[in-house]
Amino acid sequence: MTGRARVSRRASAAGLGALAVGLGWLGTAGAALAADIKVGEINSYSALPSFTEPYRKGWQLAVDEINAHGGIGGKTLVVVSRDDAGKPGEALTAANELVSREGVVLLAGGFFSNVGLALGDFAKQHRIVYVAGEPLTDALVWSAGNRYTFRLRPSNYMQAAMLAEEAAKLPAKTWASIAPNYEYGQSAVAVFKKLLSARRPDVTWVAEQWPTQGKIDAGPVAQAIAAAKPDAILNVEFGPDLVKLVREGDTRGLFKGRSVVSFLTGEPEYLDPLKDEAPEGWIVTGYPWQAIHTPAHDAFLKAYQDRYHDHPRLGSVVGYALIQAVAGILRKADSTDPETIVAAAEGLGFDTPFGPASFRAIDHQSTLGAFVGTTARRDGAGVMENFRYVDGAAVLPPDADVKALRPKE
Amino acid sequence: MDFVFAQFLTGLAGAASLFLVASGLSIIFGVTRVVNFAHGAFAMLGAYVAYTLTARFSGPFGFWGGILGASVLVALFGAVIEMALLRRLYRAPELFQLLATFGLTLVFEDLVVLVWGPDDLLGPRAPGLAGAVELFGQAVPSYDLLLIALGPIAFGLLWLLFHRTRFGVLVRAATQDREMVAALGVDGRWLFTAVFTLGVFMAAFGGAVQLPRDAVNHTIDLRLIVDVFVVVVIGGLGSVGGAFVASVLVSELDAFGILVLPGVSLVLVFVVMALVLVVRPFGLFGRAEAPSRAVPEPGRKPPAPLSAPARLAVAALVAATATVPLWAGDYLVTVGSEILIVAIFAASLQFIMSAGAMVSFGHAAYFGLGAYGAALAVKLLGLPMLPALACGMLLALAGAALFGWFCVRLSGVYFAMLTLAFAQIAWSVAFGWTGVTGGDNGLLGLWPDGWAASPRAFFWLCLAAAAASVALIRALVFSPFGLGLRAVRDSALRAEALGLGRAPVQWAAFALAGTVAGLAGGLFVFLKGSVFPDSLGIGTSVDGLVMVLLGGIGTVSGGVVGAVVYKALSVWLISQTDHSKLALGLVILALVLLFPAGLGGLASRLAPRRRRAAAPAVHPAVGVGGAP
Repeated sequence: MTGRARVSRRASAAGLGALAVGLGWLGTAGAALAADIKVGEINSYSALPSFTEPYRKGWQLAVDEINAHGGIGGKTLVVVSRDDAGKPGEALTAANELVSREGVVLLAGGFFSNVGLALGDFAKQHRIVYVAGEPLTDALVWSAGNRYTFRLRPSNYMQAAMLAEEAAKLPAKTWASIAPNYEYGQSAVAVFKKLLSARRPDVTWVAEQWPTQGKIDAGPVAQAIAAAKPDAILNVEFGPDLVKLVREGDTRGLFKGRSVVSFLTGEPEYLDPLKDEAPEGWIVTGYPWQAIHTPAHDAFLKAYQDRYHDHPRLGSVVGYALIQAVAGILRKADSTDPETIVAAAEGLGFDTPFGPASFRAIDHQSTLGAFVGTTARRDGAGVMENFRYVDGAAVLPPDADVKALRPKE
Repeated sequence: MDFVFAQFLTGLAGAASLFLVASGLSIIFGVTRVVNFAHGAFAMLGAYVAYTLTARFSGPFGFWGGILGASVLVALFGAVIEMALLRRLYRAPELFQLLATFGLTLVFEDLVVLVWGPDDLLGPRAPGLAGAVELFGQAVPSYDLLLIALGPIAFGLLWLLFHRTRFGVLVRAATQDREMVAALGVDGRWLFTAVFTLGVFMAAFGGAVQLPRDAVNHTIDLRLIVDVFVVVVIGGLGSVGGAFVASVLVSELDAFGILVLPGVSLVLVFVVMALVLVVRPFGLFGRAEAPSRAVPEPGRKPPAPLSAPARLAVAALVAATATVPLWAGDYLVTVGSEILIVAIFAASLQFIMSAGAMVSFGHAAYFGLGAYGAALAVKLLGLPMLPALACGMLLALAGAALFGWFCVRLSGVYFAMLTLAFAQIAWSVAFGWTGVTGGDNGLLGLWPDGWAASPRAFFWLCLAAAAASVALIRALVFSPFGLGLRAVRDSALRAEALGLGRAPVQWAAFALAGTVAGLAGGLFVFLKGSVFPDSLGIGTSVDGLVMVLLGGIGTVSGGVVGAVVYKALSVWLISQTDHSKLALGLVILALVLLFPAGLGGLASRLAPRRRRAAAPAVHPAVGVGGAP
């Protein structure tokens, strides 16, 4: 017998032994909580903390408010939360754990579109309701839609429709687009182009840039767009890519004398980091938390600030409204049977900090809207002004079109 | 014309940014042979520390003092890491330091969020350089002009350091032949520490000077590390001048490439690297390494097949594992299936790494091709699961045969980086060909056929596949083919003298490993019911490497242990904590320090130690710097 042989033999033996140990170890994890009604929540906590931290604060606030007001039909609502590290595969592992070990009656959450789609498909396969919060892809409720999947936020299509309506009012005739090179950016640009052309047949597109998400080389991109001399620019960049684009574009005078229409830029997550370099006069969708004065939002803002001593981001609203909607569904269903829960959710109305919304029976998209306005700088920080709330129901396509988009079940 | 000039300057500014970080990586690798995966993380730390310092001290002195101060602080931190961690690992198989620096990267990524908070941070603009200069009617940011100057200045200073000081002479000597430098009585330990510190300083400085252009966030490290590695390899490892030329090449191609193909950034650097490596196997300015003088250790005994009692023990373990679905719940059984699948993947990678000394940084390509092959067979051809799995393996085989044909002409890190380039090209096809692959949204609804739909049936399928794959690979290692593969690994020259060509043997092994990885990928599709481009991504390749290294690169099947430990640990940590990267990184660091020969190499630790103490050189068979 040689030394090496001993190693390799032990290696394989140890491998299988470790598998058994590993499984035993996993078996001790996640001991059941003494819960009355459990909801599973999955999000990209470690991959996207700038969104998910405020988001978590939002849903935790909602859970405590719900339980302080009698819970769900007298039962305590417990949210079991898991990280998906931004990967669909990990999200499915977490979903599996939540469903088969924690016994959750419903799944919620998600940020990335592909995570949302993976969870939606899991929901269909395992017959459990999934309420998506943030994932924006149109496929989630249309081409890949299914009976068990619902979505809270206004989709890519809806945001494009809101922005295209404003963009059509601009005198600009030549346009250029800058969008991250993946499904979200591609479909945002495609839908916006289609809807803008429907209102303004005279518009032409003279340049486009598709930098890699998270890796924009902003200088050359800004220079290339400037060289095409468009009247207006459509931007779909967000996060650190947006910061770089704004900085390079500003220095090079890219935005001077041009209209800019930009997805999501009014959200505090993306506007706050720009501080005193926030762009001025961009037409954006977003969340002007400082200036919304409705009873529903005032109450939410006060509760949030009292508890966290920080202002809410859009993620906070998504987390809060998501759990409020879920609570509404479970109250109405008063059952853990998935079919009953689907029936309860379809057409259900619920309250959000933005006002009442409901899940459409036809495609399970909620009618939660978004604020459309222009960016400005105030006290060294970016804000939105001249904004209005666009209800989601107003920007969805006709029912016949939606029916054609959804697969037959 | 004016525009072309402005775009050229913009490209140069990007090149300078890239070069500052890349030069550090090139220096570190040249001397210490450490594949410093944490180099991007050091650049990220430089940016974060500079953010804090420049926020505290304003004005030109505050700004530049903050940037230099941050670079020095991070460099000192790098020195501490080198002394406390890496110094203990120089005697381990070379690539083991990759594992350690990978652990460090995970730790840093979570730590910066804990320390600096989750928001993207906007640093100040450089005082006096916030605006733009009008050049030929085009606005060129004045900070870009500074960067354009900074690149050549840094290059010049490094050149002076390397050519006009004793330290530089030693560094260059060690880059060329570090065994000879050690033999001449130079204390290698302090040379290594000094070089590592210098390299980290360049990384931190490169990260910090991006402050006026970037938003500081916790993803900078991974964004940088791959591009920087590509630049260093295109230029030729250890060649600072090469890194400079490669930075300019890559940045200018990108600046002008996007004018023709607006989405080209996705794949450009990898295409350039693949082309350069196919034409020049040692990069633009790299030289073939001096042949390693290390001979196969005289006392080393080759691995041997299992004895009869050991076979019985393994069979008993397989049987015991087969009982898991009888007592465990659905979740555990599903996690068990996933562990078995990654074990197949790790075993296939270990076959080429351990028996073939072919370290692949792009093994995910074949996992992903297997996955997409199986998925498309279901979607387009309507095939049931088993034939679809066979289709996946065929696609993986085709991919591995095609890419492998080019790769086996190279060796060492150049081989590794060419596999990475091909994997990234395959990834960009899956990512960009939305019509067929669904792009980033992936392909959905790919659940197993009825007979394997229950978690326990699928577990048994995975167990059978894993047992068969590992048995096949072990049989191959001990077959005449495996002996040939090990012969070209240990001494290509002697093997060739015996009529055994290196390239054909390695090519066959590479294609075979790819096929087995394809089986793992196909099973993964049916486990998850979906497939996404990340199955071909760098993350999957790195996971494979980590599992093999954790299991022990000097073993035949240690990767199976590594896969089980790594996957079980990451699934468990992710379900227990939001700081799973921090925890996983710390566990990896602890394992690296405790078991420098890998978990599977535990038993062999005592014997080789005495010999290695005498010759701190390298494991002859398995370094990324491997002999040509």
